[in-house]
Amino acid sequence: MNWNGIQAIWRFEMARFFRSIIQSIVSPVLSTSLYFVVFGAAIGSRIQEVEGVSYGAFIVPGLIMLSVLTQSLQNASFGIYFPKFIGTIYEVLSAPISSLEIVIGYVGAAACKSLMIGAIILITSFFFVDISIAHPFWMVAFLVLTCVSFSLLGFIIGIWAKSFEQLNLVPLLVVTPLVFLGGSFYSITMLPPIWQTISLFNPVLYLVSGFRWAFFGMSDVPVAASLVAITGFTALCLGIVWWIFKTGYRLKA
Amino acid sequence: MPSIVSVKNVRKSYDDGFEALKGVSLDIEEGEILALLGPNGAGKTTLISTICGITTPTSGSISVGGFDVSADYRAARNLIGLVPQEINLEPFEFVMNTVRFSRGLFGKARNDALIEDVLRDLSLYEKRNNRTVELSGGMKRRVLIAKALSHEPRVLFLDEPTAGVDVELRKDMWELVERLRQDGVTVILTTHYIEEAEAIADRIGVINNGEILLVEDKTALMARMGQKEMRIELTEAATKLPESLSDYNLVLSDDGASLVYSYDTKAQRTGITSLLKDLQAAGLGLRDVQTSQSSLEDIFVGLVKESS
Ligand SMILES: Nc1ncnc2c1ncn2[C@@H]1O[C@H](COP(=O)(O)OP(=O)(O)O)[C@@H](O)[C@H]1O
Ligand SMILES: [Mg+2]
Repeated sequence: MNWNGIQAIWRFEMARFFRSIIQSIVSPVLSTSLYFVVFGAAIGSRIQEVEGVSYGAFIVPGLIMLSVLTQSLQNASFGIYFPKFIGTIYEVLSAPISSLEIVIGYVGAAACKSLMIGAIILITSFFFVDISIAHPFWMVAFLVLTCVSFSLLGFIIGIWAKSFEQLNLVPLLVVTPLVFLGGSFYSITMLPPIWQTISLFNPVLYLVSGFRWAFFGMSDVPVAASLVAITGFTALCLGIVWWIFKTGYRLKA
Repeated sequence: MPSIVSVKNVRKSYDDGFEALKGVSLDIEEGEILALLGPNGAGKTTLISTICGITTPTSGSISVGGFDVSADYRAARNLIGLVPQEINLEPFEFVMNTVRFSRGLFGKARNDALIEDVLRDLSLYEKRNNRTVELSGGMKRRVLIAKALSHEPRVLFLDEPTAGVDVELRKDMWELVERLRQDGVTVILTTHYIEEAEAIADRIGVINNGEILLVEDKTALMARMGQKEMRIELTEAATKLPESLSDYNLVLSDDGASLVYSYDTKAQRTGITSLLKDLQAAGLGLRDVQTSQSSLEDIFVGLVKESS
């Protein structure tokens, strides 16, 4: 194992994060606070409670998921796209480092960043609402799995993208709608039956639901289904990444 | 001596179907300086990229230090340093950090003392805390070299290191190559400057249209280049050369109107004086005499023309 190589990539990527530390921390804190003000105060005053949990607290897992998903995609896709774009990727390709090690370096760094942002948002929310976490272990497990799997997806997008537009396309057109329609800010039981059924095809629903269960012990879909969904998704992404390195897709001429 | 880089019958077709390497075979000896000479588009960068693992060959095999570059890529790449043709650098990174990164990427433990030495050798030490975006083009190229040397390679590829750089950097580069040679590092550089190949290489390879046309010791090439030809036009066409001139290896033209004498400009005696005397003694009248020199450039141009 080329540990020094993994560390070099990981450090380099983390340095990018810390170069813009203010932006990295301030922006999630600010947007979370705004969500609390808008959703928690404005809508919360009408909704009051969802299945025994105050609406302000109810949206916390969804808020964390929203940020963690977008940050994972952004960080990981940019992390690998940028060296491709400016040509420094030659060095990684010619180094004595395996594909697995490259992925651990890039995806690991992206996942760490979004994990940190998730933690920051959780801490911020303690200032706005009372929350207790029913299953801390599962909360962390769901969070880590989400960070890793969506960083893998970001990595794939970064390799696939041929322009900055394409880089932003998937998060914008696919992921953000899925997050908003995935029960981040409501329970799908509040929806008409037809939309409940449609929602079941939204993979993000399973993430949010499992994550929320870890907080409050309640969920839209069975926890086992959530676990299967996220594990399956991670496996799928790993498979695609494996194929990319095997064929050199958009990495090697 | 076993070769440190061995390229066997390598072909490379790009996705668009263009064949950039058409069965290249090349053996590079440990410790030598090899210059790959060829016009733009000859396939120099493709060949280097294929050896270093940036592109995958369509067929053929390559080994470095006896290790297959695909099956044993770790061991092979450990030995290789690459300075690419294009200046590719992370713009906002500090010089010291980006060189450190390269060493780490190659699996070596951090060693700032060594990196500082490399930076000093390249007159980059004062710039170590600058961001790469703040450096001039020549300085950026030095950073690329520092990155390649940071992990102490045994084989260094320099892809057109002096294309478009100032005279000072070119001189520094030549000195650097000389120092590397003394440390036993094998250096392969590509160039389209013939003088550069002449100045620093032990062997010169000529490549065009994806084919290696020749690989020869520089001294042998220089000897060829040192050959001069003297063309002697006779007042009257001769049908046969007199016996007395047989030692000169003269070549009589088909129409018998001229003779060609080849000689070595670097030899103690060129034999011109005695030839002229003997010609007179044999009763051959001279109308005109011309001399011409075959330069490396001529050889190169001739080879490239032949192949295309
Ligand atoms: N990625 C690529 N796709 C298609 N053709 C390429 C690619 N890279 C290089 N070529 C072509 O291959 C040939 C050799 O290129 P290159 O190896 O860069 O030559 P050199 O370095 O000798 O100038 C050129 O005709 C070039 O256009
Ligand atoms: Mg080139």
